Amino acid sequence: MSTDAGIKQAFAKLDTIKDQVIWWTAGAQTPQLLADGEVVVGSTYNGRLFSMIAEDNQPVAMLWDWQVFDLDGWVIPKGSKNKHEVLKFVQFATDTQRLADQAKYISYGPARNSSAPLVGKHATLGIEMAPHMPTDPNNSKNTLLQNYNWWADNRDDLDTKFNAWLAQ
Amino acid sequence: MEQLLTADGIPLKVSLKKAYRREKLSAFLLVAPLLLFIVVTFLIPIVDMLMLSVDNSIVPEILPRTTKNIQTWDPHSGELPGEEIFEAFVKDLKEAKKNRTHTRVGQRLNYESSGLSSLFRSSGRKIKRIRRAPFKAALIKIDKRWGELKTWQILHQFSTSYTPAYYFAATDTKLKSSGEFVILPDEERIYSKLFLRTMLMSALITGLTLLIGFPVAYLLAILPTKIGNLLIILVLLPFWTSLLVRTCSWIALLQQHGVINDTLVSLGLLGEDERIAMIHNATGTVIAMTHILLPFMILPLYSVMKTIPKSFVRAAVSLGAHPWEAFWKVYFPNTVAGIGAGSILVFILSIGYYITPELVGGNTGTFISNRIAYSISISLNWGLAAALGVILLGIVIAFYILYDRIVGIDKMRLG
Repeated sequence: MSTDAGIKQAFAKLDTIKDQVIWWTAGAQTPQLLADGEVVVGSTYNGRLFSMIAEDNQPVAMLWDWQVFDLDGWVIPKGSKNKHEVLKFVQFATDTQRLADQAKYISYGPARNSSAPLVGKHATLGIEMAPHMPTDPNNSKNTLLQNYNWWADNRDDLDTKFNAWLAQ
Repeated sequence: MEQLLTADGIPLKVSLKKAYRREKLSAFLLVAPLLLFIVVTFLIPIVDMLMLSVDNSIVPEILPRTTKNIQTWDPHSGELPGEEIFEAFVKDLKEAKKNRTHTRVGQRLNYESSGLSSLFRSSGRKIKRIRRAPFKAALIKIDKRWGELKTWQILHQFSTSYTPAYYFAATDTKLKSSGEFVILPDEERIYSKLFLRTMLMSALITGLTLLIGFPVAYLLAILPTKIGNLLIILVLLPFWTSLLVRTCSWIALLQQHGVINDTLVSLGLLGEDERIAMIHNATGTVIAMTHILLPFMILPLYSVMKTIPKSFVRAAVSLGAHPWEAFWKVYFPNTVAGIGAGSILVFILSIGYYITPELVGGNTGTFISNRIAYSISISLNWGLAAALGVILLGIVIAFYILYDRIVGIDKMRLG
């Protein structure tokens, strides 16, 4: 994708499915489109798909093939008066147990390796959550981490190209 | 001639003037809160948007020395700027790096030439290596793109506080640093296509609401008041329902496994594989928006038709006109004010519509407002969003003036 030829190839691939794609903008759309039978395959945040499959019992299954994983971070505004308390909170919120606890409610993977063995059951459904984690070895055979540096430089340009492609 | 005096001896003229002034003042004070409200919530944001669409102050603010010095350089000389401009730039970039603003100016210039964002970011990281002259050679050593004419031409072109560049981008055109004006090739055009699509689809929606709304309004107007009032509730009820609810109901009706497709398939009119795609495309937008905007057509039409005396048509018929002729030549011309009001209302509402095209538009049914929202909240190119907004505002005003010329705005009646 760093070369013009690569971008051209990517768009040529997109051309082959252009008439059959529904592009989503909100995370809630893919589960809805799948449940309605409007699309037969889709990509979205795995936590939403888990809720759809496990909580709402929709006839949809998960395919863990080249998941794109994303990292979230905490930010403390510069000059914050409560920096010390905030740091204490961030330390608490990102410790091993807390990250594992997060999985009780939604199937998002803990960012710490040490949290993985502590992942337990879903708070209300009582299912073992470990096999539903994106970080589970069975699910993360092949993964893709967004190249943030690349996107920071190329996003505006590629975004314009993509929208021009959509408008054709 | 004797001057007229009031009871307390003041000339009548002066006294009257005083009374008038007091009245005027109190009238002004009464509307002052509303005026203030409009100025603060309507006029100031519009002016602010106008300013934002030409604002380029970020470049001279972050690179003050460079933008001042670069004016002495001729961008068409075919040679790189002199050492003193490079020196000014290195100083500016060092300071910007310290304030962490170098990425912002890079992002701004990236709109004009892709790749500048990364150039500013990576050069910012390495700039502290440059300690002494020659700055030119040192900067080019950091990144060879600083040795390219194009980079400096862009910096020269966008060194001023104001720029028309966002308007060029919003109309799929470009003013090159060489001064050459180009229209982008067809496969790179976005906004001109979306503006055109927005207007064509809005015109279609206006036409459809008129086609459907006219007979409904006519029926409501000629029915006895009691039944008419009852039926008008059927028009008002959807009008009062949240438009999000109405849009989502259309999704439930029109989608591939929705009510309409399921019914047609179960009746055997369609095969399982022949389900019609009626939503997530232009069709979906037209259907949903026609329904949502229908009351804005029916209500002005109804209010105008209600005032047309029934005796007009009766008189025409009794004088020998065919019922159709009586309708067309007597009744219809009297409804023009309502048609005009309804059409301009529906048209202006629909060219700025956002939520329905966003939800049901798919690729082919989104409007320019969706792109404006995208620039505001996702790509964060507010200058472009402002320029698109100003153009949209200009189009609305142009249609308003056109309407005024053809029909006359004083003839518009909303009820």
